[in-house]
Amino acid sequence: MSIESEAIDPRAVEDRVRAPGFGGVVTFVGVVRDTEDGRAVAALEYEAYESLALSEFDAIAVEVTARFGNVRLAIAHRVGRVAAGEIAVAVCAASEHRKAAFAACEFAIDAVKARAAIWKREMYADGRAAWKANA
Amino acid sequence: MTVRVVGFARARELLADRGQVSVADGGSIADAWAQLVTAIPELSELSASVRFAVDGALTRPEYGLRDGQELAILPPVGGG
Repeated sequence: MSIESEAIDPRAVEDRVRAPGFGGVVTFVGVVRDTEDGRAVAALEYEAYESLALSEFDAIAVEVTARFGNVRLAIAHRVGRVAAGEIAVAVCAASEHRKAAFAACEFAIDAVKARAAIWKREMYADGRAAWKANA
Repeated sequence: MTVRVVGFARARELLADRGQVSVADGGSIADAWAQLVTAIPELSELSASVRFAVDGALTRPEYGLRDGQELAILPPVGGG
């Protein structure tokens, strides 16, 4: 689990969960979109309550194991300015077979968005900015 | 007693350089929040949705604070 201030390499996050006996590895990569509600977005600025966010990532991993069995989970989330087209988050789930890996990965990214102590400010191309909470 | 205050996102902007709040002994997080909203009325825009953490752990508003603890003000999250 990590909070990163530099570019995320999804392959490196994947390497944290790969292991013999784990035949399915699913990686979700969240990339900053260049538009939101019709407005041109130049970048997102993320900030985190790092210790709380990391403990929430750990709790999500425990919950994933309870729901989907033996799953290895890794989450890496950016802080700071992330330009449109750059990676904001990577979630990797490894399981013995693919179905649990897909389900675990989707559950984990949904949980990160719903409750991790991370905030974002949309920086629009016209120079304006606004805090944006997840729906 | 005095509690240290740290805000994130919109709460960080509104708190500006206000790093602490005084509440009566035995006061709760809700009491501390009421003090802060009185001092900085714009904070009320967060009242319906704000969550709190004390010394790094999510905590309910009725929690009784102790002198020197750290109260974190957490607006609705936006990760991912």
